[in-house]
Amino acid sequence: MRLEPREKPSLLITIAYPALAVLAVFVFAGFLVSLSGANPFSVFGLVLKGAAGSQFALFETLTRATPLIFTGLAAAVAFRAKLWNIGAEAQLYMGAVATVVFGTGLLPLPSPVLIPILLIVATLAGALTLLGPAFLKVRFGVDEVVTTLLLNFIVILFVSLLLEGPLKDPMGMGWPQTKKVIAEAQLPKLIQGKRLHFGFILALVAAVAVWVINTRTALGYEMKAVGFNPRASRFAGMKVDRVMLKTALLSGGLAGLAGLSEVSGLKGNLTLDLSPGFGYAGIVVAMLALLHPLGVVAAAIFVAGIFVGADAMSRSAQVPSYIAQVMVASALLAMVTAVMFTRYRLRWK
Amino acid sequence: MTDTVLSLDRISKRFGALIANDAISFDLKQGEIVALLGENGAGKTTLMNILFGHYVADDGSISVFGKSLPPGQPRAAIQAGIGMVHQHFTLADNLTVLDNIMLGTEKPWRLSSRKSEARQRLTKLAQDFGLAIEPDKTVAELSVGERQRVEILKVLYREARILILDEPTAVLTPQESQSLFATLKKLTAQGLSIIFISHKLNEVLSVSDRIFVLRAGRLVAERPTKGTTRKELAELMVGRPIAEPKIEPQPHGDIHVEIRAVTTADGLDHADLTLHGGEILGLAGVSGNGQTALANLLSGLSPPKSGTLHIFGEDAARWTPDLVTRKRIARIPEDRHAEGLVADMSVTENVIAEIYREPRFNKRGFLDWRAAEGFAEEIIKGFDVKCPSPTTRVRLLSGGNMQKLILGRTLSLAPRFILACQPARGLDIGAVSYVHERLIQARKSGASVLLISDDLDEILALADRVAVIYRGRISEPLPRQQVTIQELGLMMAGHGFSEGDAHAA
Repeated sequence: MRLEPREKPSLLITIAYPALAVLAVFVFAGFLVSLSGANPFSVFGLVLKGAAGSQFALFETLTRATPLIFTGLAAAVAFRAKLWNIGAEAQLYMGAVATVVFGTGLLPLPSPVLIPILLIVATLAGALTLLGPAFLKVRFGVDEVVTTLLLNFIVILFVSLLLEGPLKDPMGMGWPQTKKVIAEAQLPKLIQGKRLHFGFILALVAAVAVWVINTRTALGYEMKAVGFNPRASRFAGMKVDRVMLKTALLSGGLAGLAGLSEVSGLKGNLTLDLSPGFGYAGIVVAMLALLHPLGVVAAAIFVAGIFVGADAMSRSAQVPSYIAQVMVASALLAMVTAVMFTRYRLRWK
Repeated sequence: MTDTVLSLDRISKRFGALIANDAISFDLKQGEIVALLGENGAGKTTLMNILFGHYVADDGSISVFGKSLPPGQPRAAIQAGIGMVHQHFTLADNLTVLDNIMLGTEKPWRLSSRKSEARQRLTKLAQDFGLAIEPDKTVAELSVGERQRVEILKVLYREARILILDEPTAVLTPQESQSLFATLKKLTAQGLSIIFISHKLNEVLSVSDRIFVLRAGRLVAERPTKGTTRKELAELMVGRPIAEPKIEPQPHGDIHVEIRAVTTADGLDHADLTLHGGEILGLAGVSGNGQTALANLLSGLSPPKSGTLHIFGEDAARWTPDLVTRKRIARIPEDRHAEGLVADMSVTENVIAEIYREPRFNKRGFLDWRAAEGFAEEIIKGFDVKCPSPTTRVRLLSGGNMQKLILGRTLSLAPRFILACQPARGLDIGAVSYVHERLIQARKSGASVLLISDDLDEILALADRVAVIYRGRISEPLPRQQVTIQELGLMMAGHGFSEGDAHAA
């Protein structure tokens, strides 16, 4: 049994295989659902209804997708240049820290001035968080998978320290949380009375911006070349180390924006449960999207929809919402497999 | 001694519209070396992959020692006594020679490994065939020639009686090739039979007994080696008459490159070299004697630790690759896959790799892809690159077309100095003469060319002056008319170089 590269995958295959992958996910998840004694079709119906069955459900899904778009873009940008940023979680939290430091009254400015400032500081905070590991990588060859991953834990403990100390809300009844950001620092809601906020628009803008950077700019071209072949890139005259550092700034900055968006758009303050693993889920989103920035938007909405839908479903059916994790994980595996088979064919001899 | 050990009968194989092998029949007799000659893409490798069971033929049959070979089963081929030595070595660098040779020969569920037995067998094989090897060295410590010996021993260890060698000299120096040929003669003297796949005429003529020429998937000729000539074979291979490169004598121009007592971290040791406009200077040497270091120095990849480097009269010691390109220096890298091109990017993306910073492609950080594609189309046309479109991924091009792409990218900038490292390595005759033509043209237009090559024939055919690099030092260049292959061979082995000073790296 071996793999043979396809010269040119046909259109049928490029559509049919991912479709088969989605089908496989539902068959597999359906099997698990029926193990727990429920009817898979009604459960999937409930998931779909919970994710997109009503205006409320749809907005909820988009709200959940917002941070995933940012972290998904962060991973997509970095992975394209083969900078393995596993630390979007840390960069997200540092972006959130910057948002509460500057957004809780330190700068008493009107919204049109304050929000751009917050965008900048949150981006910088995330960017600088990744700059350290990236610098260690280009200067000393330290593996960034290890440093960025471990930095997640360091940053979360650091945030914990801040929440018990300097940033602790004096009116918080002892809870480890910061003060709420001032009204001028809040991102406006897109629709009155709904949770969906301006951060979603920012995320879409970021996706388009990354797409333009990737396809139109010299930097995007350099990041691609360096990702595929750093030696040839250096030979051709690109400053490979500098491209890596720029990639790190861009990737970290995008993850930092996820923190700002969650604090200023949704939660209002910073707590330790600001992110239920958005940084890690961003990696899944980026891979599902095959690192394409516009694909990231679709993949983020898909993943968010499954989580939101499964939450709603588990409230009415007796199936644990963990099924969402199973579906997302198997979707990733199935999609990666499907993509492989569009590029290669299996030969039994 | 004329028993037929292997016969192929009307083997055909199609890949889509491409006919890789079209009803090819031939036979191999005991104790003979048969050469399979053909350009890249002629179908040599496909045919051997069918023989070895990697591919299944659409039509035709194979018999080995009188028994027919089941198609598509590498294991059956190995058991029948066929052994293949691949062009790219399949050795584990971190294991010892002995471990590499034993790898896969023992059942996985055995608890103990019969190492001492294996060592005895290996030592005996090595002695019998005169393949000196140290079983306990790791492969990483071996030279390329030694690694190939291990590959051959690996095949012999598995009791092969028919050896297939796929382009075995592609990675070898002339000396290593000669010693390989001697080994092959020893093997056939002991009754083994060999299929030698190559596109190098001189080698085929010096090592084989019979020659089969493949062209575009068809067997176009069979010749006894004694009754054919280099010229005839070349024309059979290419399918048309070939002109040898012609170089008109011309006076030297100004000094373009001046290297004085340069030592670098990666291998140059007080190297001196002067290169003039309008000349091709050939640099010969056994690979690994500082050629790569010299190329890196002139490419702006590694600065000198001591000594001076002047290019076009300017101090070039701190030039970066970017600046080197802007000074109109063309570089043809030694390894086009690793260094020259980004295989997963398109033709367009690759042709602008050195010049995308120029204003004609770069408008305030935004790339003008239309201009880039126009440039790619110019190169495709001007340098006869065979590819479906500028959006084709470079990975899908043949080696010759990749090299033409690199030539086009760099020569279309009207360079004044061309650094050509192994420019013809791994290319077929058609592509080689194309590359040489281009270098001669550049020389005519007054450019200087530094030709670094392992191939003495290439150097003697093109160069005005010839120098030898040995352990990071460069000999005084001599006019081509005053040197012979024998002299160069001696110099490549270190004759004529003063004993290294105390500061030799």
